[in-house]
Amino acid sequence: MTASTTPAPTRGALRRGGGVGALYSGNPQSVIARGFMATKSTNYIVVLTGFFEPIFYLLSLGLGLGSYIGSVDVGGHPIPYAAFIAPGLLAVSAMNGAIYDSTWNVFFKMHFGKLYQGMLATTLGPLDVALGEIVYALIRGGVYAITFMIVMQALGLNLAWTAMLALPAVLLIAFGFASLGMGITSYMKTFQHMDWINFALLPMFLLSATFYPLSVYPVPVQWVIQALPLWQAVDLVRGLTTGVLSWGLLIHVLYFAVMITLGLVFTTRRLRSLFLD
Amino acid sequence: MPSPVIEARDLRKLYKETAAVDSLSFEVAPGESFGLLGPNGAGKSTTMRMVGAVSTRTSGELSILGMDPNENGPDIRAQLGVVPQTDNLDAELRVRENLLVYGRYFGLSRAVVAQRADELLDFAQLSDRAKAKVDDLSGGMKRRLTIARSLINNPRILLLDEPTTGLDPQARHILWDRLFRLKEQGTTLVVTTHYMDEAEQLCDRLVVVDKGMIMAEGAPAALITEYSTREVVELRFGSERNADAAVTLAGVGDRVEVLPDRILIYADDGEAALSEAVRRGLHPITSLVRRSSLEDVFLRLTGRSLIE
Ligand SMILES: Nc1ncnc2c1ncn2[C@@H]1O[C@H](COP(=O)(O)OP(=O)(O)OP(=O)(O)O)[C@@H](O)[C@H]1O
Ligand SMILES: [Mg+2]
Repeated sequence: MTASTTPAPTRGALRRGGGVGALYSGNPQSVIARGFMATKSTNYIVVLTGFFEPIFYLLSLGLGLGSYIGSVDVGGHPIPYAAFIAPGLLAVSAMNGAIYDSTWNVFFKMHFGKLYQGMLATTLGPLDVALGEIVYALIRGGVYAITFMIVMQALGLNLAWTAMLALPAVLLIAFGFASLGMGITSYMKTFQHMDWINFALLPMFLLSATFYPLSVYPVPVQWVIQALPLWQAVDLVRGLTTGVLSWGLLIHVLYFAVMITLGLVFTTRRLRSLFLD
Repeated sequence: MPSPVIEARDLRKLYKETAAVDSLSFEVAPGESFGLLGPNGAGKSTTMRMVGAVSTRTSGELSILGMDPNENGPDIRAQLGVVPQTDNLDAELRVRENLLVYGRYFGLSRAVVAQRADELLDFAQLSDRAKAKVDDLSGGMKRRLTIARSLINNPRILLLDEPTTGLDPQARHILWDRLFRLKEQGTTLVVTTHYMDEAEQLCDRLVVVDKGMIMAEGAPAALITEYSTREVVELRFGSERNADAAVTLAGVGDRVEVLPDRILIYADDGEAALSEAVRRGLHPITSLVRRSSLEDVFLRLTGRSLIE
């Protein structure tokens, strides 16, 4: 090896209040690049399953079950059942992908791979790591969403031009779930703890008006469900793909903006206190 | 003397109530090879993490390359290489990819990183394993890869936390050889270990740490001269009879130390001390005359052995 004495260049670090963990060095792209390299090397099977799962759901439930059910009422408009659940499935798969990446993956890297410990011994800050991991997950989620929407288009389930906006909406949703999920995962110490996440997600999946309209519930229950992030997600995507627009959609966007901000602040703090104590 | 690259004064780290590191003060000169020697739980890793700017000190002063880690963590880390106590290689990546990605974390360009990676694979004698999975490497190879990885940013200071623990003698010697070369090139080394032979091999100067505090400081040979005699006689009588034998041995050599499994007689002339023991009618099961080591220094300072 050569003994050159040039010190490594540091990127302009954004320092907030000093402290051992300056939070951000403007280099999350190195973490994203690592994600691609790891996928290429080892993880591609997981990536492929994420691809096909929602499509199978759509074909079996949407087309199969849909032929018995006929149409569902959305905001006063009758919508074919398959067109009703397709955006729901899209939102659910955005959530599942984000949750998988930000919980199981992160849990593993944190406790077994000691990956973040290694990253944070470099010039990277915790926000670089959090952003890099999340954005990588979003890129993956974005590719899934595009394929799913192509299938929807082919089946004639995109009923309005606003369906194009469902793509950024799905990324927003995934970002929200991923940033919050990563923060929560940082508290998990064992595999049992990780099961609690599934325990919390299952009822949300079943109740959040993915497969039938919210109006089937009594009003107080509706309020509870409307507070859940998955309902916010499903309703947002459904509004866009069916073209039944309302001001409520903006509230959903705001909901996820807040979720992303809280999640990032929370995750960055946790990474910092865990690895830069 | 050039100004030190690491300066610690009254460095302290509390975890809840307990002090992992308790008022450590030391300095490391550029190009020096400095050791922290101590038993399990002495606070070696905690000290390394504070020096590595990944752990905030509770109190005291610390300056690395003239900077305070509380203020300039990333700037300091940019110039450090870190070999942690347990390997944290990226098992989802292959051998060479580990080096590439790690260089990118420092913000180095692809081209620079690619060239460095090849040089370092060569340095670590892993060129033929470049495409292997990390999990398929042996323990010694993983350790060498971790050291190679720590050098990707051309660090001015290399922090090595127990670099050879768990390796067989041959693998240890290969590693020591690599570390010597770095030292020759002017890299400052900070090494923790609980092997005295490693400390004697690698360190120009060391501190003996116990319970978070420095017990002694100096060059390995100087510490031995100061705290021990030239030679040591080790006698084994079987655990029941050690205490009785110690009574008989009173006054032989400079000092007699009774351990659970053996008795040590510290004397400048070991053979003479052994003859005296036999003359007093003792018949040890085994006896051994050897030169003093840092182990004896540690025993003298703390009344305990280094490796329990
Ligand atoms: N994160 C932590 N939280 C609480 N206590 C800690 C933490 N890290 C270290 N300690 C405590 O600080 C003390 C010193 O630990 P440290 O790891 O620095 O020792 P060491 O000298 O490196 O030991 P070893 O030779 O076993 O590696 C121990 O009592 C340990 O239990
Ligand atoms: Mg240690």
